[in-house]
Amino acid sequence: MEALIEALPYILRGVPITLVVLGGSISLGLISGLVMAIAEVYGFRFLSMPVYLIEATLRAIPVLVLLYLFYFGLLGFPPLLVAIFALGLRSGAYQSQIFRGAIESIQVGQTVAAQSLGMGRFRVIYYIVLPQAIRLAIGPWTNEYNVVTKATSYAYLVGALELLRRARYVIAASHGNAVLIYSFCAIIYYMIAQGGCSILYRIESKLRVPGFEARGGWR
Amino acid sequence: MDGVRKKGGNVPALKVRDLYKSYGDLEVLSGISFDLEKGEVKAVLGPSGTGKSTLLQCINRLTVPDRGEVWLDGVEVIDSKREIYKIRSSIGMVFQHFNLFSHLRVLDNVCIGPIRVKKMSRKEAVKLGMEKLKQVNLEDKANAYPAELSGGQQQRAAIARAMAMNPKLMLFDEPTSALDPELIGEVLEIIKSLAKSRMTMLIVTHEIGFARSACDKIIFMEHGKILEEGSPDKILNDPECARTKEFLNKITEL
Repeated sequence: MEALIEALPYILRGVPITLVVLGGSISLGLISGLVMAIAEVYGFRFLSMPVYLIEATLRAIPVLVLLYLFYFGLLGFPPLLVAIFALGLRSGAYQSQIFRGAIESIQVGQTVAAQSLGMGRFRVIYYIVLPQAIRLAIGPWTNEYNVVTKATSYAYLVGALELLRRARYVIAASHGNAVLIYSFCAIIYYMIAQGGCSILYRIESKLRVPGFEARGGWR
Repeated sequence: MDGVRKKGGNVPALKVRDLYKSYGDLEVLSGISFDLEKGEVKAVLGPSGTGKSTLLQCINRLTVPDRGEVWLDGVEVIDSKREIYKIRSSIGMVFQHFNLFSHLRVLDNVCIGPIRVKKMSRKEAVKLGMEKLKQVNLEDKANAYPAELSGGQQQRAAIARAMAMNPKLMLFDEPTSALDPELIGEVLEIIKSLAKSRMTMLIVTHEIGFARSACDKIIFMEHGKILEEGSPDKILNDPECARTKEFLNKITEL
């Protein structure tokens, strides 16, 4: 037990690394997801087709394979970056589908009205479509946030010294205590996931305006 | 040349010549030509699916016609990107389903055009926006969201949004067709007050009474063609075409 308490700070030092992988890959996913969604919805065929192919490929390949591909493909890159690239692009493909659905649910009439005021495509997307699509997307996006939080644990496979890798070192060194230490890790993952979600829900309710009552149910 | 003629005041606000538009095999517009003088109000009547909405959209090129010319104040509307945005900003458009921006308050709906397209300062735009909302009797709803308004209020807000761009021409695409009967009057009142202030307007409508009382001329369209054009008195009481008569009988029967 004493050995375990001594090991805790060592494991906890993995949390910031986990958070960096999480923050990096979810941000990369957010940006690439938005770009892919906009390209798929508004792009001409020569743009939307390749984007669709990339997105479909990223979604179809197991995240482990993707990680190894990036690891061996980008030999010499720091493991943290490899993990962020692989997890981020995979997440971007999923996020693009969240945003595509949200964008397509905005009535066409509003984009026509915006064009009739003299706005170009960029302004219509930026001022009219995205502010509404993002409101609609936050709910489904919390899902992806949880998925990415959990996926950060894969980063240990390419050698990032994150939470789980440290936990495994401690287990190996202390000959056992696996259940205790993994439970400790589970609690930390739970806190990261729940903490993030409650922030996201707070943002969602802050942005909610009449007409965007996201969680309705029966009246 | 154009400038000289403008001073003479005899360049029509809108000149449409030989407009054609097809979707696949379906010809929606088959050679539409007409003029709209400055300050003139014309109603476009006709059965559904005769290309009335397409005609309006071809005027500000939200739909690109296959052939034909559209002239606004003596300047031809062409496809150059920069020009088309400018031209659209000078033509107000009001839609059947209002199409307000749902995430913006009423005042912001009205101000977004002046701010984002005309680069007006926010302060100036708000002043202008409140003025326009006052004109449509909606200043007390400035801070409401579209979802909190009745259909009639939404349509009046949409008119204010179009008017805030200080347009040379207003296009109305069945502005009262989606409204409950008791809300139609408040919207028509606003359009009538615009007519009184000599706003140039082209109005697609099924409101015969309104066309009679508020419009200078009526265009009757069917199958992508203008069958006849004339004063409300002439078209509604003594139409030349049998089809016009038939159509009017049908809709007044109801």
